Amino acid sequence: MSNNVLVLIFVLQLNIMKNFLLSSIGKKVAMALSAIFLMIFLLQHFLINITSVFSEDIFNMLSHFMGTNFLVQFILQPILIAGVIFHFVMGFVLEIQNRRATKYEYQKTRGGANSTWMSRNMIWSGLVILSFLILHFIDFWIPEMEYKYIDFMPDDPNRYHHELVEKFQDPLKVFFYCFSFILLSLHLLHGFSSSLKSMGTNKAYTSSVKTLGYIYSIGLPAGFCFIAIFHYLTH
Amino acid sequence: MKLTLKIWRQKNSESKGQMVSYEIDNISPDMSFLEMLDVLNARLILEDDDPISFDHDCREGICGSCSLFINGQAHGPDRRITTCQLHMRKFKDGDTIYVEPFRAKAFPVIKDLVIDRSAFDRIQHSGGYISVNTSGNTQDANSIPINKEDADNAFDAATCIGCGACVATCKNSSAMLFVGAKISQYSLLPQGKTEASRRVLNMVNQMDLEGFGNCSNTGACEVECPKGISLDNIARMNRELLKASLKK
Repeated sequence: MSNNVLVLIFVLQLNIMKNFLLSSIGKKVAMALSAIFLMIFLLQHFLINITSVFSEDIFNMLSHFMGTNFLVQFILQPILIAGVIFHFVMGFVLEIQNRRATKYEYQKTRGGANSTWMSRNMIWSGLVILSFLILHFIDFWIPEMEYKYIDFMPDDPNRYHHELVEKFQDPLKVFFYCFSFILLSLHLLHGFSSSLKSMGTNKAYTSSVKTLGYIYSIGLPAGFCFIAIFHYLTH
Repeated sequence: MKLTLKIWRQKNSESKGQMVSYEIDNISPDMSFLEMLDVLNARLILEDDDPISFDHDCREGICGSCSLFINGQAHGPDRRITTCQLHMRKFKDGDTIYVEPFRAKAFPVIKDLVIDRSAFDRIQHSGGYISVNTSGNTQDANSIPINKEDADNAFDAATCIGCGACVATCKNSSAMLFVGAKISQYSLLPQGKTEASRRVLNMVNQMDLEGFGNCSNTGACEVECPKGISLDNIARMNRELLKASLKK
């Protein structure tokens, strides 16, 4: 009996949350949550990649752990892929809804007078990041999956650093990589504080969020670009 | 001052509008923008032409009736004012001025520069009030202690005049600054707490039904708002909705 009551409460709660998530604010919050999740992932990705600059062994050890750990491979990786897909699909859905709500174009607009370029063009910076992600998947993720789960190649804990360096020997690839990270920086310059505002951050934290946002949004993409250029120039 | 005005003309809500050009001379820099339109209308009437329809009432920045998107900005090229408070000295002799109605799917044009903002009224009707029984033993409001910061924030939110500049300037035609302000002005005060959950659920639901867009935090609404309503009100509304949804 008590189990039935618990199930009923759970179903009711799910229904309520469904109503919340279908509202305009709920969609905003869901978008913000996926953005925060992806920003946390990006930070850990950077912290692992930066080790490749100063220690081949540490980078190989960390990459081997991430590439072979069951929890990372079969639980966190699918969640990450779902998070990426959700963020992009939701971005397009919201863009379409917003375009429907505006319906009429002004003959003259001065968007720059009251908002930043980044905030008005999230969809375009997002599209560049999406194209980069497709390339990144083709370049890194698909060969890795083939290596491990299709070709069943022997486990080699020392291959990662060499593979990474090899990828950054093409100047065109390094250029596109850096260009995408500049766009990512612009995306984050608005997205970081916007996601926290959507979550209802209290105004007492506004200036700290802004400062932290600048550090993250400029520092992280700059760091990724540094890694690519470093390997291109030193190998 | 001699000016070229490019004004949106539209016969009615069904017809297709267009920008029409007017040359106007002898405009005093001390005239308000609406007075300049009055001068143009007086001329159009004398010429047996249809005068330009535009909204106005108090002409002192209180009622929120006047709208107009002037040279690409809601209420024109100045901050913290409504169109009726905009003066011609903000423009230069020989300027071309674009005058358009506030644009949003939820704000259909009725005629020329007049738009239907009744969507805001319907949002207010859905929960923008308190149901305190004021007959009998009503407690004197002054005897209820209220945190100074809460009182200030509630009063700031209450300065919203519902002009719709936030919607007009938002690239997504979002009404969240308006709704956030209306929710905040009650939710921060003890008198408004009783029905806070119901209010936010109903008002957000009505806002969505009216077809306004989603907020993407560009902050344009905050900049163009004649009363300086802050984006913090949107963040508060988000918190209130989340709380109310979990409580329901």
